[in-house]
Amino acid sequence: MSGPSTYEPKSGFTRWLDKRLPILRLSHDSFVAYPTPRNLNYWWTFGSMLSLCLVVQIVSGVVLAMHYIPHIDFAFDSVQRIKRDVPYGWLIQPMHAVGASMFFLAVYVHMFRGLYYGSYKAPREVLWILGCLIYALMVVTAFLGYSLPWGQMSFWAATVITNILGALPFVGESIQVWIRGGGAIDQATLNRFFSLHYLLPFVIAGVVALHIWALHEVGQNNPTGVEVKSKADTVPFTPHATIKDLFATSLFVILFAVFMFYMPDALGHADNYIRANPLQTPPEIVPEWYLLPFYAVLRAFDFNIGPIDSKLAGVIAMFASIGVLFVLPWLDTSKVRSMRYRPIAQQCFVIFVAVCIGLGFCGGQNPGRILAPATFSATLNWVEGGEVRQEPVSADSDAGYAEAASAAEQALRGQGAALVASSRTGETTGAARGVFGGTARSQSVSAGTMEELDAAIGEAKTAAAASAPYFIVERRVPFTFTVTRLSQLLTAYYFLFFLVILPVLGLIETPRRVPDTIAKPVTGQAAGAS
Amino acid sequence: MAEAKPIAHEGGEDRRDFIFIAAGAAAAVGVGATAWPFIDQMNPAADTRALSTTEVDLTAIELGQQIKVMWQGKPVFVRHRTANEIATAQRDDYATLKDPQKDAERIVQDDGQPGRAEWLILQANCTHLGCVPTFVEGSSFGGWFCPCHGSDYDTSGRIRRGPAPANLPPAPYVFLTDTSVRIG
Repeated sequence: MSGPSTYEPKSGFTRWLDKRLPILRLSHDSFVAYPTPRNLNYWWTFGSMLSLCLVVQIVSGVVLAMHYIPHIDFAFDSVQRIKRDVPYGWLIQPMHAVGASMFFLAVYVHMFRGLYYGSYKAPREVLWILGCLIYALMVVTAFLGYSLPWGQMSFWAATVITNILGALPFVGESIQVWIRGGGAIDQATLNRFFSLHYLLPFVIAGVVALHIWALHEVGQNNPTGVEVKSKADTVPFTPHATIKDLFATSLFVILFAVFMFYMPDALGHADNYIRANPLQTPPEIVPEWYLLPFYAVLRAFDFNIGPIDSKLAGVIAMFASIGVLFVLPWLDTSKVRSMRYRPIAQQCFVIFVAVCIGLGFCGGQNPGRILAPATFSATLNWVEGGEVRQEPVSADSDAGYAEAASAAEQALRGQGAALVASSRTGETTGAARGVFGGTARSQSVSAGTMEELDAAIGEAKTAAAASAPYFIVERRVPFTFTVTRLSQLLTAYYFLFFLVILPVLGLIETPRRVPDTIAKPVTGQAAGAS
Repeated sequence: MAEAKPIAHEGGEDRRDFIFIAAGAAAAVGVGATAWPFIDQMNPAADTRALSTTEVDLTAIELGQQIKVMWQGKPVFVRHRTANEIATAQRDDYATLKDPQKDAERIVQDDGQPGRAEWLILQANCTHLGCVPTFVEGSSFGGWFCPCHGSDYDTSGRIRRGPAPANLPPAPYVFLTDTSVRIG
């Protein structure tokens, strides 16, 4: 893409250096002369913000490591000490914590940009895969870092996530113990998480270098998705892209500063200000906001799929939701790169973004929360007055008990009992009871949730208890639209988008016509004519 | 002086191919042997494994009370059950259970001797995602309730309702004397 180098060393020293280590030539070709498409919009400025985020995280992180103590007895206090006592610790610690959120905010915009404009299509597959790898490394690094302050959320998030790995068949338990370095999250875990959290950002930096290398080999995509045809379609990176990136990054830094200075804790969870306690689980365990969509996918599976139990199915789906991004270049069959010219794909993309945000919402909610109002109702039947008779039930074997019990109930009913019930007391023994005489009574109760219904039934029973020893309760449970159901719908669309919509749509969709001004390099001709 | 001749390649294999394969195999074994210590170092250390037993004095636990003790870094419930709890647990041996198990099987000591019905010793992490359930007097099944995702356990620690797939597993224990047990 870059073509022959246009770098000309100006001074004696740079000429001398250029013969020995052409580093200035590389920088000039990569960040000054590098041809960048004329028509890039502001969605193309997030790459620079991400470089800034990585630098901020590494610099602030190295400083924090000078004061942080990776020990279960001191970690929590050492973070508080950094904030209160270490000079400028009040600035640097929130910079690192808020920085993680900002990093993910920028990376999500960057990824959606690539998805919309088809930046993953040939010849940019490797560029895209390297980006996915960076994202996966970011997720792991963020998870490891979140456990370091050793608050309640740190500890229990680490517990839940390592438990999730235990769901893998055969090797799950060994992997779980191997990662924890013991039976539970403890000193060994904290120590290694600290070590790896320090290591991984440098691995990310290495992959970022490859990402930029690949980018400069194939050139930037642009909003039309049509490859640049001549030099006239491009402008030099400096000053055009440099200044535009600087402006957008300044706005981003303002947002960063608002969070860092005015609401440093707004994006975190209050429970992480409670010291980790292995004996006490917080009332709810949720990850940071940027991982909520994946947590929702994990919890969406409350049913078994054949031999795969619900827990493992959730784990597979969660890993698959990131894994599917890696193979995206081969899933999308469309020959048109930019969704600007794909009317149906464009709409599916908008829904996809909404689905991802919706999954984020679900991940932060109690999975049992009922979203659409539903009515639970029950009917209680009992006999007022009346006399109770009890018959022993005995069966020949364990298997024969059910038959014997129902025979005893039938016998009581035959004698004229209004209500019958039986309870089991041992392997082959039990008792059947029948209520005779009295007057049959009935009452209906209803409530908005199962818990409220149970409470209402309890109240009705207490009110009638003086006159009736037994009740028959028929509960009517309606279909309830819970957060879990919503997560299931959204998860289905997430996978449908990648595995069905993009492969099929590429074959059947009629793209919009690309304007002639884009199809032909008119600027080149104009420049040539003048 | 004999002229140097190329070595014959009859059958497509010669001594050099063997040397390549042998050297490659030796290198693979070498890489594996070098990598293994760096992988295995993450497994539990000897001192961590040595912390594998915990002794509990039972005299301090009143009837109807429970304590949580740490065993191998994980919490364990030691519950002194009331007659009522034991009766409920034994009655429900025949109820519809997700993970059917009799109460008597859940208090067997590690050496195979029968346990004592009043002492129930369970690993305290919910079998769903590892939260610690709380003992709630008067809960639906009289036992533990997990605050994370709402799993209900009965007075024997058996799963009765909610997402957890299995009962709270009994911790391996033996009675050392009448008033003390060793867990692990």
